[in-house]
Amino acid sequence: MANGAQSETLARPVISAPSVTLVFLLLAAASYGALIWAPTESTMGLVQRIFYFHVSSAWSGFVSFILVFIGSVAFLRTRALKWDWLSVASAEVGVAFFTIVLVTGPIWAKPVWGIWWTWDARLTSSFLLWVLFVSYLVLRTLVDEPERRAMVSAVFGIFATLDIPLVYFSIWWFRTQHPQPVIGDGGKLDPRMGWVLLLCWAATLGVMALLIRVRYRLEALRAEVDAYRMESARNGR
Amino acid sequence: MNLARASGVILAKELRTEFRSRELLGTTTVFVLLVIVLFSFTFNPTSSESRRFGPGLLWLAFLFAGSLMLQSSFLREQANDTLAALRLAPIDPFSILAGKMAANFLFLLLVELILLPVFAVLYNVAILPVLAPLLLVLALGTTGLAATGTVFSAVAAQARLRELLLPLLLLPVLAPVLIASTEATAGLLRDPSELSGVWLTFLACFDVVFLTAAWMVGEYLLEE
Repeated sequence: MANGAQSETLARPVISAPSVTLVFLLLAAASYGALIWAPTESTMGLVQRIFYFHVSSAWSGFVSFILVFIGSVAFLRTRALKWDWLSVASAEVGVAFFTIVLVTGPIWAKPVWGIWWTWDARLTSSFLLWVLFVSYLVLRTLVDEPERRAMVSAVFGIFATLDIPLVYFSIWWFRTQHPQPVIGDGGKLDPRMGWVLLLCWAATLGVMALLIRVRYRLEALRAEVDAYRMESARNGR
Repeated sequence: MNLARASGVILAKELRTEFRSRELLGTTTVFVLLVIVLFSFTFNPTSSESRRFGPGLLWLAFLFAGSLMLQSSFLREQANDTLAALRLAPIDPFSILAGKMAANFLFLLLVELILLPVFAVLYNVAILPVLAPLLLVLALGTTGLAATGTVFSAVAAQARLRELLLPLLLLPVLAPVLIASTEATAGLLRDPSELSGVWLTFLACFDVVFLTAAWMVGEYLLEE
């Protein structure tokens, strides 16, 4: 690191203006699509519209968790801390998205099923997934030394992501009362609904990418500050 | 030294340590016994009720026991500063992990075998007709518990608040084992001739996935 030089990370812009504009436009279009353009679902009514964001948040959350896996494996292979930054950024964003899923789910369920929560397959597994990655974040807070923290959380990150399919299969066989997915079923789904769902997914993916980018930068800055601190401690100041 | 022999040496060392102190097995057995007794207050343990809730409480008790007992697997090394010595040995780092896994598997299985008859008597559940398939379920479930638990014990040993952290890491990852083992056990108690192939296969898959993962991360986990 250059002595006394301006931080390289700080010098670069957080996120570029075009990407922010793009995500903003996507979000606006997705909101319009979900709230106005898509037809009202015949049996559930207006509340069904929350689905577009509920489902797309879950999908984007999954993508984030896959990024945790990629970051963890890449860290163990390369020992480059930047992969750990990707993992922590993705884990936090993934947990945020699954929090949205767990909050919007009951809002939808109360009027449609008459209950806020039921221990059905998909609810249970989403909840468990959320807990898994909250544990991952808790683990990170309890290890101070960056290299060691990166290593143990990479190991746990890999185990947690490998657990996802097992969680899903086990709970799936265990109990199912969730409405079966109608995506790809064709038939009764208005094509506009499918398009809106895809649009919402694109928008949440965009938000995901921006958030991960910002969070990654924060982690990079932290590492830089730590390095400066160590340097000044070495110089006896 | 090849992997199997090195793991065997580590396993022998773990067993010797435990049978000289005998603190881990005794404490864990009493803990599980306590959980089994306390659970009787949460429902009315008649024979039919026990068949419904019994398998779940049994496996939950085993999981809790594992998450407490496996702490010491690496903590003991850390307290005595012996992990560095183990690492210096010219063996595959995974063999340290594998030896400890095997030892933990045996400890847990022993505790389970001691408490299974106690559970059967206290909750009035007939296990003798299904003993052989039940042992298979126990072995498969315990393998998953020991494999993930040993790895996480090494993870938690490097963190603060490790006593609290290990259950926090272990229990959510083990939820599939809890479901599969409980379902397999419940199926056996309902109908002795029914051994659920789905759940057994599932448990075997879980074991294979995490043993492989442990093998892949083992060398990173133990380095300084």
